[in-house]
Amino acid sequence: MGRYAIRRMLGAIPTLIVISLVIFTILELAPGDPTGTLPLTVPPEVRENIRETLGLNDPFFLSWLKWMRQMFISEPLNAIESVTGLQIGDGERLRIISWASRGPAVDTIVERLPQTLWVLGLGFIFGIIIAIPVGVVSAYKQYSIFDNAGTVISMIGYSVPVFFTGPLAIIVFSVWLGWFPSFYDTTHTVSDWSSLVFQMKQLAMPVAVLSLFNAAALSRFTRSSMLDNLNEDYVRTARSKGLTENRVVMRHVLRNSLIPVTTLIALQVPGIFAGAIVTEQIFRINGLGQLLISAINGADYPMVQTLTFIFAVLIVLFNLVADLIYGILDPRIRYE
Amino acid sequence: MADTHERAEEITQETLGDGGIAEVGEHRSLWGDVWRQFRRHKGAMAGLVVVTIIVLGAFVGPIFYPHDPFDIDVPNANQGPTLEHLMGTDTIGRDIMARVLVGGRISLAVGFTAALLGIFIGTGVGILAGFFRRLDALLMRLTDLFLALPVLPLLLVIILLFRDSLRERFGPELGIFLLVVFIIGITSWMQTARIVRGEVLAIKRQEFVLAAQSIGTRRRNIIMRHIFPNVLSPVMVSAALGVGIAIITESFLSFIGLGFPSDFPTWGRLLFDAVPFLEIAPMRVIWPGALISLTVISVNFIGDGLRDALDPRLRSG
Amino acid sequence: MLKRSKLLIIFAVIALVAAACGDDTSETTPTTSGGTATTQGTTATTQPDVGSAAGSGGNITLLQWQAPTAVNPYLSGGTKELLASSIVIEPLGEFTPAGELVPKLAAEIPTIENGGLAADQTSITWTLKDTVWSDGTPLTADDVVFTYEYCTTEATGCTQSSLFAGITSVEAVDPLNVKITFEGPTPYPYNAFVSYQAPVIQKAQFEQCIGAAAAGCTDANFGPIGTGPYVVREFRTNDTALYDFNPNYRGNADGQPFFGEVLIKGGGDADASARSVLQLGEADYGWNLQVDPTVLDNLEATGIGTVFAGFASNVERLMINQTNPDPALGDLRSVYGDGNNPHPFLTNPNIVKALSMAIDRQTLVDVGYKSGGTPTCNVWPAPPAQSTNNDDCLVQDIEGAKALLDAEGAVDTDGDGVREYNGARLSVLYQTSTNAVRQSNQDLIKAWWEEIGVETELRNIDASVFFGGDPASPDTYQKFYADIEMYTNGSGSVDPQAYMGNWVQAEMPTPANNFGGQNIQRFASDEYDALFSELTTESDLAKRAELTIQLNDMLVQSGSMVPMIWRASVSAYSNEIQNQGDLNAWDSEYWNIHEWTRVVG
Repeated sequence: MGRYAIRRMLGAIPTLIVISLVIFTILELAPGDPTGTLPLTVPPEVRENIRETLGLNDPFFLSWLKWMRQMFISEPLNAIESVTGLQIGDGERLRIISWASRGPAVDTIVERLPQTLWVLGLGFIFGIIIAIPVGVVSAYKQYSIFDNAGTVISMIGYSVPVFFTGPLAIIVFSVWLGWFPSFYDTTHTVSDWSSLVFQMKQLAMPVAVLSLFNAAALSRFTRSSMLDNLNEDYVRTARSKGLTENRVVMRHVLRNSLIPVTTLIALQVPGIFAGAIVTEQIFRINGLGQLLISAINGADYPMVQTLTFIFAVLIVLFNLVADLIYGILDPRIRYE
Repeated sequence: MADTHERAEEITQETLGDGGIAEVGEHRSLWGDVWRQFRRHKGAMAGLVVVTIIVLGAFVGPIFYPHDPFDIDVPNANQGPTLEHLMGTDTIGRDIMARVLVGGRISLAVGFTAALLGIFIGTGVGILAGFFRRLDALLMRLTDLFLALPVLPLLLVIILLFRDSLRERFGPELGIFLLVVFIIGITSWMQTARIVRGEVLAIKRQEFVLAAQSIGTRRRNIIMRHIFPNVLSPVMVSAALGVGIAIITESFLSFIGLGFPSDFPTWGRLLFDAVPFLEIAPMRVIWPGALISLTVISVNFIGDGLRDALDPRLRSG
Repeated sequence: MLKRSKLLIIFAVIALVAAACGDDTSETTPTTSGGTATTQGTTATTQPDVGSAAGSGGNITLLQWQAPTAVNPYLSGGTKELLASSIVIEPLGEFTPAGELVPKLAAEIPTIENGGLAADQTSITWTLKDTVWSDGTPLTADDVVFTYEYCTTEATGCTQSSLFAGITSVEAVDPLNVKITFEGPTPYPYNAFVSYQAPVIQKAQFEQCIGAAAAGCTDANFGPIGTGPYVVREFRTNDTALYDFNPNYRGNADGQPFFGEVLIKGGGDADASARSVLQLGEADYGWNLQVDPTVLDNLEATGIGTVFAGFASNVERLMINQTNPDPALGDLRSVYGDGNNPHPFLTNPNIVKALSMAIDRQTLVDVGYKSGGTPTCNVWPAPPAQSTNNDDCLVQDIEGAKALLDAEGAVDTDGDGVREYNGARLSVLYQTSTNAVRQSNQDLIKAWWEEIGVETELRNIDASVFFGGDPASPDTYQKFYADIEMYTNGSGSVDPQAYMGNWVQAEMPTPANNFGGQNIQRFASDEYDALFSELTTESDLAKRAELTIQLNDMLVQSGSMVPMIWRASVSAYSNEIQNQGDLNAWDSEYWNIHEWTRVVG
């Protein structure tokens, strides 16, 4: 197992290099231009000069190598410096600079992490907390009213897009009831009880919308996994041994059913960092999802490259984690 | 352990029955059995009926409905439901019901084909990666790559590269349809692939598969007869979810100008356009939203039914 | 094994919560990174007692759904950044909502009469008011000179450098006088250092940030020191800008500015902003509310906010491709090629006139704009003088359009409902950017054109691609690989000269200039070019207005352009906000934020 993990980690390096190259190629081919957000009154010569100073006209391969150097040498060194307060070398190094803000891209990403993790992390956790019991009961009482209602609700939850449920939530809870603010204040800091209450209030709607969406899919997979296991022969054996029903379901069926579900959860963790573009847009959260979409719209390629690459690292990492969890939990799977 | 042996035999019996070697007594094909079992599933039958009605409504309904979905009538814009316009009119006075009926055509066609394509690629990749260890690393890294790619720029590049040539070869409508289905298909298969792969890794170690291997069953047959039926339940869940996602993604594509022209109604588009009017004309949002949900719920129940019907352990005599 | 899986889940949950909380608390302490800019100096904490009501009004929240990415208008020159910087740094002169030029940092507007403008119009001398920067140091002519150098140094990549075009030197005569010398006589000398597009930045702060070093100065770009009513306290790119009132502001003695803290919040869309201001009262102002008029009226009916519209020179127009965009032409698509590649039928002014007659402009306004637009037939709709020669277009005339097409010999010969002209089917590809209002207008226009026998295929392109200008993309508005396209453009200045200069032949987008020109419809007229060069040398204001009308009429009557709607900037204020005056579409909407006050109840 240990050797397998190490081998996979080493294998991840060329994968990530290839991914970064593919991302670069796509952005190179994609239509869009960083001067596109300027007013039409800005004349073409000025635009051309801006492109030149941004390095947009540099050869493709060179700019890729430059970015690789910044990503793997400058940024880590800078991170170490700002965490430890030490200075390495002369401290003068080229960081990845966003074309839109002309500020360091990584700093903006770090600035966006708190709100993204708050909203998506909580939405993810609540989604799991809702989904697993619902999935288990649905499967155990298959075709009961609870199961059918669960199916209908979760399918509605999944098929009705957030761009509809979000405004609906705002109309009900902000306009009619006046319970929650309709936008998220990223500068708000939690320091005492009342500010914590405010934080909970501004989190309530986006977290609820995301939890329902996450729970919908996860509860369906939990249910189907439970159903598969409930019909296994070992369940019959366990029951015939005279074990209590509770013990059969909780000890045996649930344990085995959660194996694929756990993997699924692990695989979805990178999504927390990727942000939720539509939810962030509707509740004006300005997290990483909003950062990515506005960077794409503004053709801010250094930002897009950095964000998608960090995301790729997380995907590859959690894919490995998922495989390892699977290997640990399920004795039937062996990695050689 | 003996139990799993039994199961292997059971399945071998099934497949032999299908193969026609062990035909004894009355002829009962596998698919006949499946259909018999399927019919007993109330939810699945209800789903099938609903989907049939929706499909008929979309493809035949507009012929009998008196309003044209493209007729503009500005003085009568933004009306609520009336006897004349059963679902009201939109911002430039077009009849919403006519648009909802016609909108179903593209939404259903795109939803089903794209979900099918996504499921097909996902299941294929998942099974191959799980079953053949040599392909595993390569295919899973490919999955990582697709998951990591920034979707929007990728779509823009695909459009840039293929729109004009597809338009020329297949005409504007079919060309865009193929493009949309292709785009949704290749950007939605990864989740399925990973789930299926996980299941396959577990199943291929079970005795009934080992047994089948030891009696010299060809790999293709092992995959088709032993592996595939056993990964069906997550695949069915993915398929049902996939249809909904595809319908919504289509509307997103046409919104950013990568799909069908803006005057072409589709459910996703109608829903999207109606959201700002949530307070003024709630029914405008409800109708397309309800139809999308209804379709997805029905597909899900059909999936449930199919899964049960195909599960040999549930199929009694 | 159950334990292990449970543990794993619990661990993951704890890690997540810890990560979320940990990151959040670290946010309260200033970070060393450049992401969150803290302004130099300690103006925010040590506020001197100004002995008046300045800064006493508490907080005002401004919603800009397109959030500013920086506070430096010279590096990020979108309207959203110009707005965010306009309450911090100021120009010498500014425009009022009526388009009148008034002094801001200057003591007066230099004219020939007061001797500020040389009689031969080759130089202009601005005199500064006695002003201090927010850090307490005095504003001098050196700062103005430095601003010029900063923006005209090519490696800076300055977005406003065209405003400084035609200037040979900017010199400090003495600490309060700055002289700008032009290459030649310049009838309109008020482009440099005027309006929120060209404010004065502090030399001491930006001295090290000139040229290639510009992008590295994150602290300066996110928190410039200014002379305006506010100073940046915290800036989060593309999200939030928080300002404190400037205790050294020249209006302090008069109790200006009223508000002690300004929050610009970005994100979401126009619909959400409108709701926050007009229905929920969560914010005091919402910028650029391009919302369906029915929805906007409904929100405004709540009665706690009001929608304001301000007109400048923006016109929603159809550009009519004068060259052939046929895909079969390959690289010659939509290329003028010395007139050898004309459009098969859209170069006939009467056919375009028929298309224009078929359009009911008032209906377009009612459906998409209401108070945010007025029907127009002119490219230059703004003061001082508009043409009235084309006003017959204001009335829709479908039958007249049909008759005109018949008279031109464009008739349906094969009975498919689509007319032919010289063997070419009147079938057009009509493109625009993606935007709910534009799409409903497209649908209406398509219906009218099909009624007169012109087949119409619609296409909408994502705005970031359409206006992106990437020479490799076929979908940009400059490439114009379509027959007709629709968008809004207007003049950056009250003076029409630069804007009317867009349609000379030299401005045509061609492969040679990477499709960079502004003569989008490929309009070619020697007569127009000659008339335009007359405008560039004419200094008499009445004659300039007359020439503008002639140029306008030439463009419209050539059939290369169909103006439709004179569009306003639309923003909303909470009814509590007072003294904001009319909405300023010629300059920053925050131009007079120091005068705004709040009255509760």
